[in-house]
Amino acid sequence: MTVRMLAEKLDLECISNGDGNREVTGCYVGDLLSRVMGSAKEGNVWITIMSNVNVAAVASLADVSCIILAEGVKPDADLEAKLEIVDAALYTTPMASYEIAWKIHELIGV
Amino acid sequence: MDSLHLHFDIDGSDFTSAGEAASELKRVLRQLGFPPEIIRRCAISMYEGEINMVIHANGGTVDVYIDSDEIIFELIDSGPGIADVELAMQEGYSTASQEVRDLGFGAGMGLPNMKRYTDQIIVDSIVGVGTAVFMSIKLE
Ligand SMILES: Nc1ncnc2c1ncn2[C@@H]1O[C@H](COP(=O)(O)OP(=O)(O)OP(=O)(O)O)[C@@H](O)[C@H]1O
Ligand SMILES: [Mg+2]
Repeated sequence: MTVRMLAEKLDLECISNGDGNREVTGCYVGDLLSRVMGSAKEGNVWITIMSNVNVAAVASLADVSCIILAEGVKPDADLEAKLEIVDAALYTTPMASYEIAWKIHELIGV
Repeated sequence: MDSLHLHFDIDGSDFTSAGEAASELKRVLRQLGFPPEIIRRCAISMYEGEINMVIHANGGTVDVYIDSDEIIFELIDSGPGIADVELAMQEGYSTASQEVRDLGFGAGMGLPNMKRYTDQIIVDSIVGVGTAVFMSIKLE
């Protein structure tokens, strides 16, 4: 499933359009940045409540397919600005991490 | 392929630009046509080293040498140094301040990630003088 299709199914609010055609390979939930760096896999959806500018660098370097800010978290202004140069799309949703991850599992089966 | 040398100055006062050197390296490696997995390992290792220099050492320099059989990283700073390198290399060990923990750093996974994603890592440090990190990623 592509990032765009997933976002539609989950009714996510789009903050920054990345490459919506990227294939979603799975999901990683976490807020500690070097945990994410070490454990998220290429193409994963990254669910977090972190909203500062460093999220952009981590998403780009860990090569995740998109970022979902959970529990209604909004990005800081400098994160939003930085996302223009990152492939990963950024979404926000009122749902908590568990609910988002569970729904992603239902959709992609991994 | 001839050896290619990239030099980066890491600004120790700026969290906003942290990661830019690693991003630039990633862009260059992509342009040179390296396999995605090699690029990812380089980008992660370089980022962790870069961000450590920003958080713990007030900046420094990174030199990357791209050879035909390996990519070598030399990260040098004049920060406070590391008293016990073996301890610092352990998963979960961190001296990060509350301020940077609030930004998501301080899991104590940076050096372990660098070890995991490279083929060789040497951390040389003298307290009060600085830290030098050498890493190598082999290309088959
Ligand atoms: N360049 C450096 N100069 C001085 N101390 C360092 C340097 N790099 C690492 N350290 C020390 O080693 C510890 C472990 O580093 P490591 O990168 O594994 O974790 P961290 O930076 O604290 O947290 P994380 O990387 O998970 O955000 C640091 O907390 C710090 O005490
Ligand atoms: Mg670190």
